[in-house]
Amino acid sequence: MPTTSRYARDVAVVAFAQSDHRRRSDELSEVEMVMPVLHQVLDQTGLKAGEIGFTCSGSSDYLAGRAFSFTMTLDGVGAWPPISESHVEMDGAWALYEAWVKIQTGEADTALVYSYGKSSPGSVRDVLTRQLDPYYLAPLWPDSVALAALQAQALIDAGETDEAALAAIAARSRTAAEANPHAQLRGGAVEQGDYQVRPLRTGDCPPIGDGVAAVVLAAGDTARRLCARPAWITGIDHRIEAHGLGLRDLTDSPSTRIAAEHAGVFDAPVDTAELHAPFSSQEVVLRKALRLDGDDVAVNPSGGALAANPVMAAGLIRIGEAAARIHRGESDRAVAHATSGPCLQQNLVAVLEGEPA
Amino acid sequence: MTAASPPEVLRAPLVVEFPFTRSLGPVQSAFLTGLRERVVLGVKTADGKVMVPPVEYDPVTAEEIRELVEVGATGTVTTWAWNGSPRPGQPLGTPFAWVLVRLDGADTAILHALDAPGPEAVRTGMRVRIRWAGERTGAITDIACFEPHDAEATEQATPHDGQFADAVTGIVAAARLDYTYSPGRSQTAYINALADRRTVGERCPSCHKVYVPPRGACPTCGVATTDQVEVGPAGTVTTYCIVNIKAKNLDIEVPYVYAHIALDGADLALHGRIGGIPYDQVRMGLRVEPVWTEGGRHPDHYRPTGEPDADYDAYKELI
Repeated sequence: MPTTSRYARDVAVVAFAQSDHRRRSDELSEVEMVMPVLHQVLDQTGLKAGEIGFTCSGSSDYLAGRAFSFTMTLDGVGAWPPISESHVEMDGAWALYEAWVKIQTGEADTALVYSYGKSSPGSVRDVLTRQLDPYYLAPLWPDSVALAALQAQALIDAGETDEAALAAIAARSRTAAEANPHAQLRGGAVEQGDYQVRPLRTGDCPPIGDGVAAVVLAAGDTARRLCARPAWITGIDHRIEAHGLGLRDLTDSPSTRIAAEHAGVFDAPVDTAELHAPFSSQEVVLRKALRLDGDDVAVNPSGGALAANPVMAAGLIRIGEAAARIHRGESDRAVAHATSGPCLQQNLVAVLEGEPA
Repeated sequence: MTAASPPEVLRAPLVVEFPFTRSLGPVQSAFLTGLRERVVLGVKTADGKVMVPPVEYDPVTAEEIRELVEVGATGTVTTWAWNGSPRPGQPLGTPFAWVLVRLDGADTAILHALDAPGPEAVRTGMRVRIRWAGERTGAITDIACFEPHDAEATEQATPHDGQFADAVTGIVAAARLDYTYSPGRSQTAYINALADRRTVGERCPSCHKVYVPPRGACPTCGVATTDQVEVGPAGTVTTYCIVNIKAKNLDIEVPYVYAHIALDGADLALHGRIGGIPYDQVRMGLRVEPVWTEGGRHPDHYRPTGEPDADYDAYKELI
């Protein structure tokens, strides 16, 4: 291990796979979309589905409007006779957290974590209003772009960004995504376009699409056996803001900062940051909370959520992308972040490290 | 349908609609009843802040908080966003600004819509007031929206007992989401075959089980079921129940029999209604065949074939 672990067991991401993220996937059911990615991630480790100690998935039935769709996707892992598995109605990053805890308890040595989002059958902006406070917010149907725009305006009013700076974040993300064959939106020439909800323009918003991600976790010597250079999770923590939007300072993210402190982000420099910022303005908030103010850190070399944002998978993809850079020897210490809810409501931060060659 | 996705991708509208009935705590009840009476209430937190809209528990200490205060119907915009294309269900049908407003006397902000002629008429720090809905029921929508209001803040929070005649104790929140359902490769093939009155399952290439209806994957092997296999048309009742309760919008006389039917060649039983035989004569092992109705996309029900009953050993693995 690169640093002394504060946890009972050393756990690493040993494999990561994702689908090509696309605007629609009408010709595939959810399990048909998920299964190839499960096979790819298992192939990387040489493990068979039946050899996995624990399986955990993340998804939301509201996205495609299909009740219990996650039980259908379980067919894709060979869940009969019954395997040890669980599901979170959250981004797969939180499924990874549950799997990491399961391995910490000693009940499993390996875990398969996957998540998927099929937003194309519905109107995801409206669907996401159903996760809001049912008394004071949901009856007004404030959509995800509107809430992000309120946060963006607060940042502009505070002098922390402006529309040109937001456009630069969007352009940088999609330029970086040129090297990412899975990205949905890539190329520096992607237009900023018109206002969706002012001050956010089309370019400040994530593409809407369908996609899948999967990782394999393993503990100790098993991780070393399955992967030439495991991405050790040396810290992981998640925190949530008060749920009243009007109670929060929307220009800051105390939950991200505290999670980062507990994950040990600030104990040593990082060379890579994969941030789950679906809106350009949210990168401004996250950079501040994670103290990523210089150019010495590669921020979202994958293109981030502005290049592909399959809801419920985009956070897990951040962990997977950071881990894959460590696997490839392109990073030694990376921070990965995932978010959930409106205006960066809930935030998970993980530190991933590779051993010296 | 595109040339790149043969066979034809099936699509159908799917509506998910719920009237969520939710009960209110004492603070929420006072707040929403107050809106009905055109009174805006907040709650004092443990550190003396006035929260509007109010909650039942202190967000910092988790203490139960019950000290209500009345705040103004006027306030100040703390942030805004111009919504040029209102979406279904939103407070106004014409372009408006989403706003967070700190009402006079409050320390936190409330989300709502601001009716303004255009984005140039909106700024952070502008003064606004509540425009009340004509008909109020005790809901956040009793505030129709905010409107510009050029007057200085004067009001302070004043104590309020939260008592109103006929307090609201719950809300009914309607929610409707519209989807376009497409069943995917495996179920599309199944549905298309049904249109020709054929039942086509899929075989697992690994364990060779035939799944009907197919879901695209073998749950034992975790691989795609790709080989199509026509099964039936006849099958065996593996188990059944007698339905005595009439379902809403279902034009079937009770009692009737609902059964698991293993079609010949299938390794999984499907569900179907049994007709053409008195309900109390249906039994495990009964041999049945599908009955189609004109224009139906699946069998209406199954009826006895008249063959001798199947041996228990022939279907016991499929129960």
